[in-house]
Parts: sequence; structure tokens; C-alpha cells
Amino acid sequence: MFDNILIYFVVIPVIMLAGVALCQNIKQIRAVAVVGSIALTALSVYLLADYLALRAAGDTAPMLYQGSWSWFTPLNINLAVGVDGISIAMLLLSSIILLTGSFASWTIQQPKEFFLWLILLSTGVFGFFISIDLFTMFMFYEVALIPMYLLIGVWGSGNKNYSAMKLTLMLMGGSAFLMLGLIGIYYHSAPEGQPLTWNLLEISANNAISHGWQLFLFPMTFVGFGVLGAMFPFHTWSPDGHASAPTAVSMLHAGVLMKLGGYGCFRVAIYLMPQAANELAWIFLVLTGISVVYGAFSACVQTDLKYINAYSSVSHCGLVLFAILMLNTTAMTGAIMQMLSHGLMTALFFALIGMIYGRTHTRDIRLMGGLMRIMPYLAVCYVIAGMASLGLPGLSGFVAEMTIFVGSFQHADMFHRVFTIIACCSIVITAVYILRVVGKLLFGPVQDKHHLELTDATWWERLSTATLIVCVAAIGCFPNFFASLIKFTFSPEIFTVLGMN
Amino acid sequence: MDYSQFLAMKQEIGLLVVFLLVFLYDTFMPKKALNATAGFTCVIFAVFTALSFFCLGSTGNETAFSGMYVTGPVMAAIKNILNVGVLIVLIQAMRWTDSEFQIMRRGEFYELLLVTLFGMYLMISARHFLLFVIGLESASLPLAAMVAFDKKHYESHEAAVKYLLTAVFSSAIFMMGLSFVYGLSGSLYFYDIYAALGAQNSTMVVVAIAFVISGVGFKLSLVPFHLWTADVYQGAPTSVTSYLSVISKGAAAFAFLVILVQVFGQFYAKVWEWMLYALIVLTITIGNLFAIRQRNMKRFLAFSSISQAGYIMLGVIAMNETGLASMMYYILVYIFSNLAAFGVIGAIENATGKLDMTDYNGLHKTNPRLSFAMMLAMFSLAGIPPFAGFFSKFFIFTGALQQGTTAIYVLVLIALINTIISLYYYLLVVKAMFINTEEECVIPTFRSACSERLGLWISVAGILCLGVVSCFYNYLLNLANSSSLFSAL
Repeated sequence: MFDNILIYFVVIPVIMLAGVALCQNIKQIRAVAVVGSIALTALSVYLLADYLALRAAGDTAPMLYQGSWSWFTPLNINLAVGVDGISIAMLLLSSIILLTGSFASWTIQQPKEFFLWLILLSTGVFGFFISIDLFTMFMFYEVALIPMYLLIGVWGSGNKNYSAMKLTLMLMGGSAFLMLGLIGIYYHSAPEGQPLTWNLLEISANNAISHGWQLFLFPMTFVGFGVLGAMFPFHTWSPDGHASAPTAVSMLHAGVLMKLGGYGCFRVAIYLMPQAANELAWIFLVLTGISVVYGAFSACVQTDLKYINAYSSVSHCGLVLFAILMLNTTAMTGAIMQMLSHGLMTALFFALIGMIYGRTHTRDIRLMGGLMRIMPYLAVCYVIAGMASLGLPGLSGFVAEMTIFVGSFQHADMFHRVFTIIACCSIVITAVYILRVVGKLLFGPVQDKHHLELTDATWWERLSTATLIVCVAAIGCFPNFFASLIKFTFSPEIFTVLGMN
Repeated sequence: MDYSQFLAMKQEIGLLVVFLLVFLYDTFMPKKALNATAGFTCVIFAVFTALSFFCLGSTGNETAFSGMYVTGPVMAAIKNILNVGVLIVLIQAMRWTDSEFQIMRRGEFYELLLVTLFGMYLMISARHFLLFVIGLESASLPLAAMVAFDKKHYESHEAAVKYLLTAVFSSAIFMMGLSFVYGLSGSLYFYDIYAALGAQNSTMVVVAIAFVISGVGFKLSLVPFHLWTADVYQGAPTSVTSYLSVISKGAAAFAFLVILVQVFGQFYAKVWEWMLYALIVLTITIGNLFAIRQRNMKRFLAFSSISQAGYIMLGVIAMNETGLASMMYYILVYIFSNLAAFGVIGAIENATGKLDMTDYNGLHKTNPRLSFAMMLAMFSLAGIPPFAGFFSKFFIFTGALQQGTTAIYVLVLIALINTIISLYYYLLVVKAMFINTEEECVIPTFRSACSERLGLWISVAGILCLGVVSCFYNYLLNLANSSSLFSAL
């Protein structure tokens, strides 16, 4: 079992959990968190290199590093793992954000419990991305959700009790539909007489889910994951949750956890039930189209920095689902790049907001101003994050959105055209709210003269933000590298299964 | 008479021996030695529990008294599950029975408890309604005495009277149903009735089934037969409440399944699937909705246990081996989770006398370990991975959905939506302990007794291991698959 490299993505966090539990003081906890997340990052970088080498050597299997260990044998539940380019990209993203998140919570209160929950959350995230067995996938998915309640409830700010409960219940509500969908898929996973299976690849190869059942199970799973992907009208947990969460949790949640939604929608709902996806995509396309525009407009009128970013996340994550539902290679590639791009830049945003809030003790943009003079390093980072968000060429946002809209325009019918154009408008609205904040917060007059005494970033804050900026720029400058990483998943075979291209 | 047939009743005989030993010890030992009654009971019951695992090894069913009594691996397994639960209850009750007011009567407590367990054994193994009723009565009536055990508490008396009246009333209804069944089939043997009813198509069958279901429904506290539950749970001593909520419920659920399958099996689709369907929807939903408003921890867990009974019934309505195995597994996990919760409540009650949810505010600061155990119990009851409750919920839904009809999908969806409601109120407890911060915590830091800690350690170990370590469920499912419970259909 332990000769499979993927299993270490779960083993390392579990070791970290044990390590943190044994720690005596905050220094040891920091050490465990940082060493562990560096190990995870190194592991995912190694995995990336090795994966590319294997692909270059001509390995065309849909998933590499596959392994399967029997768990609940009579029900054919296995601990099955395997990754393709998308999962690797997500693993890399998660480990980077966990690393920067550890830096961002350098001086947190009650560090032991905080890091225990945070690492438990990331165990769920890593486990989810490496699993190809529906049961284990779902289990890890739920493992990733529940620590949020305590992380927000104990360490959050503002209306945290309400937000924590709302977030947990809405996400768990989504997973209720998801559970029904997954068990339903299991019972239709194989033709009459053959053993049923939870394995994604086998279910896809069997192609046995009848059309009628697809029409029932597809909405179940898509809505289930869509709630986590902040699909309208199930997005309302997101602004409250993100606004109340402590910095590192906002980063992980917006940066990684919301990607679980998009990833799951693609990997489970669309991959396993392509015909239903083809027929029902329009319903969800309308909903995600609304999230894209509605999220952007809402961000324009907010005055709390975290709310602005939370709504912007609704808009950007809506774009991920929007692109996935376009069901063609280009848009899908765009969706994955948008996931990466949004994960990184949103984490950057939330880290910066946390740092600014830690100094000024307010997140209301009406009470702050002229931060460019007071804390130039943080302010410049904020501008870079903003530029990435509104899609400046050279940074990640541009590449992702460009690819998505090019892909969307490949549909020639009226319906898709109209919705593509509507979604495109969000780019302009994004520019409005980003520039409004940048102008007010960074360049405006200083609102409070106490702010003049504030200091600029400390070394761990610099490290954390610089890492994220480098990654954002890397995607922006070398999009081809990431596109080719993802390409194998969207190889022609899969799209013949999907019945497209 | 062939006396060798008594050999089939190994577990019953073992339990009887335990009972007699406790009785003799309590009656004849010198006063000084009586301080060890609780410990003595725990030790010999633990030995009995360990020994009765050997009964799992038997292959095929053994019968006694020309088929009145049947035992086999599945029956032995459910009895073992109950044994483990009873052992934890006994350990947790040690401190309470040694307290000032109970010290005179602690022997009686253990004796009564073992008698009710014996009754449950008979309910599980009975294949003749006479034996079943004997089991039912000896499982219910001593419980009323146990509920009234807190002599100084007015609530305890009230609860006992309520429990006694409902128990007698439900038995009467149950036997009314039996009289219909006897009239229709002319026999009280399960298989005779099964064969005789197969030819019948009268509406009397529906009436009989309705009476039987409502009779057992009282025992299981299914809505709308649940009205006694909250008051009795609140009034009874905590150890009795925990016994009532897990062991008595688990035994009744299994016996219910046996009756429905082996007596009324052929009326599944026509009659009782829909009765049970309605009961499950009502039980889960109403149990959950009422639990939200409760502030007394014992009442809170009473309503939570009502809704949990609804989930257990999903394993019955599934009518297949996966459902049976999942139900047994659910009972096992539920025993551990609920006993962990009651263990914490009992420890706090013994130390401070506090039972209100608001008293738990800030418990995390004063008693981190207890609050941690309580949190695990709540998460497990709510079905959060990686704790055992997640697996038991998942598998019971899997079992039910194997049925495959649209109606069952709707039922499971309702049950799933209800898990969200239940998550809300379970999180309220977690919130009180971890998030609500008071200037002054109501419950001061205290050290719980050794026995309480031991009980909690066992429960917590169960919550952590029963799910992730797959052999328990695999074993039960293999057992169910090789059983002949459904083969008559």
C-alpha cells in the first residue's frame, strides 16, 4: 500500500495531525505545519514532474499511479486512488495554499486546536483529489467540510455563529443530495448480472446508467457539488462564511474547498452521466450565468473587503461551473485554469485582507485610505491581486477567462451565445469593483491618522504573499505548460464518451 | 423431553448464570464485601460477554422446544452487540450505584437489568408468539422499577408510572393484534402463521398487522407512539436512560424485523411497507423537529433517539440482507455513540448535578476531555466522517436503496434532508461547549471517576474504530448474506 506515492498525500497530513497533537508550544506547532506543508508541496512538485515524464514517455492511461486496496469488500468499496493532470494541478494548488495559509496564521490564538482542524480539513481535501472511488471521495469530501464549523465558530470574527452554522448546514445539505446521487450511481454502475462498483473509471467504462436514471442522478450530484461551487441560488453561505472566517480558513476555503465543487461536478456528474449532462446543461447554465453576473454586481456595492472578495469568488467560481457546462475541450481547459487561477489569487486576496485587518482592525473600505503610503508592500500586492482578478494579460486571470470565453463561443446557437455575452459582461463589472477598492483603499486620502503609525509586512507575510504572486504570474506567463498538463484528461476518448467534439 | 435442546440456549443460560451469581453475591455476602458488588457484576458480565463471542462460531440455526426458540449466527451477533452495550452501561453506572442514596439497593439494580436483558434475548430468538410475549414482558416490567430507582426524585416516580402504563397499554394492543393473527391462522408459531396467512386475503390481516406494528412501535418509540419517551428519559436515572435508549431499542428493532419478515413477509409490498414508510417519515421528521427546542440534555437525547429509531427502521423497510446487516451495524454504532454522550452527561450530572444545555457553555475550557468525547459522540450521531456514525448512516441508506423503487428513493431523500436538521441540533451542543464563551463557566473543572472514564474510553474507541476498521461491517454483512432470514420469501 505504501509503495504508491499518492497515499502519502493522506499519510503526511495524518502524521502532521499527530505531530501537532503532541506539540507543546506555538513554535513547535509552526514548525510541524510548515515542514509538513513544504513536504506536501515538494511531493506534489515531484509528482508533477514525474507525471509529465510518464506522459512524455507515451503513457496514455486516463489515470496514472492507480492503486486500489479493498476496504468494505462485500459492497465492493475500495480505497482506490489515481490522478490525472487536473488532480495534480489541484494537489499542487492545495499544498501551496496550505503552506501560505500556515504562514498567514502565524500568530493565531489557541494554535494547537486551530492547526488540528486546519490540517484535518486539508486531509479531506487531499484525499478527495486523489480518490477515484466514489465512497472514499465522498468521505473525504465530508471530512473537509465539518472542520469549517469550528474554525469559523471559534476563530472567526463578526457574526460568526450565524455564518458558521449557515455554511455548515448548506454544504451538508448539498452533500445530502450528493449521497443519494452517489448511492444511486452505485446501484446502476454495471449492466445486469455484473458486480456493482464504486470506481469512477469502471463506471465510466461500463457506461451502464440508463438514460432515465441519468436524468435523475445528474441533477442530484451536480447540485450536490454545485452548492460547494457557490452556484446560484445556493451561494448564500459563501459571503457570510468567508467574511466571518479567519484568514487562513478563508484562503483554504475559497482557494481550495470551493474547487472541490467544480472538480466534483466535472469528475462525477459530467464524466459519469454525459447524456444527461448534454440534455440538462442548459438549466444549470442559466443558474451559473446568474451567479457570474449577480456575484459581480453584488461585489460592487459591498463595503466590507471580505464581502467584496466573497462575492467576487461567487462570480469567478460561477464561471468555472459555467465553463464546465459548455462541454467542450477549450472551455473545460479554461475551467481548470480558472480554478487554479482563482484559487491562487483569491488566497492572495484573503491573505492580504487578513494582514490589513490585523493592522487597521477594520475591513470597511470607507474607514480606510491611503494605504499605499502606509504599507507599500501589502498595497502593491493588493494591486497585483486585483489586476489578476480583472484579467490583466500576463497574470493568471486573463488566460483562464480568455480560454473559457473562446470555448464558450464555439457553440453557435443563440442560447449559448446570449449567455456567453452576458457572462462576458462580468469582466467589465469586475474591473469596476476592483478599481473602486484599489482607488479608495490604496490611493485615497488617509482616513484615520492612527493608521499612519502602522507597519508594513513582516517576513512571514512577505513570504506567503510572494509565493502566491509568483504562482499567479507563472500561470499567466506559461499558460501552455498548464494547458498541456490538463490536455491528456480531455483527450478525444473522453469526449467521445461525452458525445461532443 | 430431550434436554440436549437446552444446549442451543447457551447465551441465555450464561446470562442466567451471571444473574444467579450476582443475586447470590448480593444476598449472602457479608456487608463489607458488598462494596464490590458493582465491580463483581462488571467482571463476570465481561467474562460472559467474552465467552458468548464463541457462539458466533456456530454454523446454521439451532432450535429448541420444537421451533419456539431459534438461534444462529445472526441472533448470536445481535445478542453480542447488546452485551457490549450493556457492559458499557454497567461500567458507567458504577459510580451512580455507589452513591449515597443507591447504595442500599445497588444489587437490585444489576439484577433487574440482567432480567430485562434476558427478556430481550428471548424476544430476539423467539419464533413463537408466546415466548415472544414472555420476553417482551420481562424486558418491560422490570424496566419500570429501574426507571423509578431514584427514590428521592419526584420525576423518577412520574416517569415510572408513565412508562408502566404505556408498556402495559402497548402490550395490550400488541396482544390484540396477536388474537387476530391467531384467529386467522390458528397457530402462534411464526412459520405456521406465515404459511396460513399466505392463503388469506382478508382485511383482518391489515388490522392485525396494524395492531402488531403499533404495539412494537411503542417499545421503539416510533412517532406517533413516542409520547412517553421524553418524560421517561428525563425522569429516569441517567444510567437507566442510556440503557433504555440503546439496548432496549436495539433489541426491539431486531425483534420487529424478525416478526415483519418471518410472519408477515408476504404482505410486505401490499401492507406494511406503506405503514412503515409513513412511520419512518413521521418518526425521523418529528423527532428531529422536537429535538431542536430541547434544552435539557436528557430530553434532547430522547428526541434524538426517536429520530435515530427512524433511521434504524430504514434497515427493516429495505427487506434485504444489506439492510439487515446495516441495521445491526447501525445499532452497534448507535450504542457506542449514544453511550459516549450519556457517559459525559452522567459524569457531569454526578459531579455537579447540571443537566441543562446552557450549563455546558465553555465546557471546553474547564473539562477539555469530556467536551472532546461529547463532540465525537455528537459528530458520530450526526453522521460525520471519519467517525463510525458516518459509515452506519451511509450503509443503512445503501441497504434501503437496494430496494430500488422510486418510493424508497424519496424516503431516503427525506431521511437525508433530516440528517441536516439533526446536524443543526447536534452542532448546538458542540457550539455550547466550544464556541459559547461565558465569563464564568457553570461547570467547574472536576475529575470524573475511574469507571466513568473507562466507559468513555471504550465508547470513544468504538466511535473512532468501528467505521474506519472495516472488518466489523464486513463481518456482519457476510453473516447476513449467509443467514436464512429472508430465504422463506
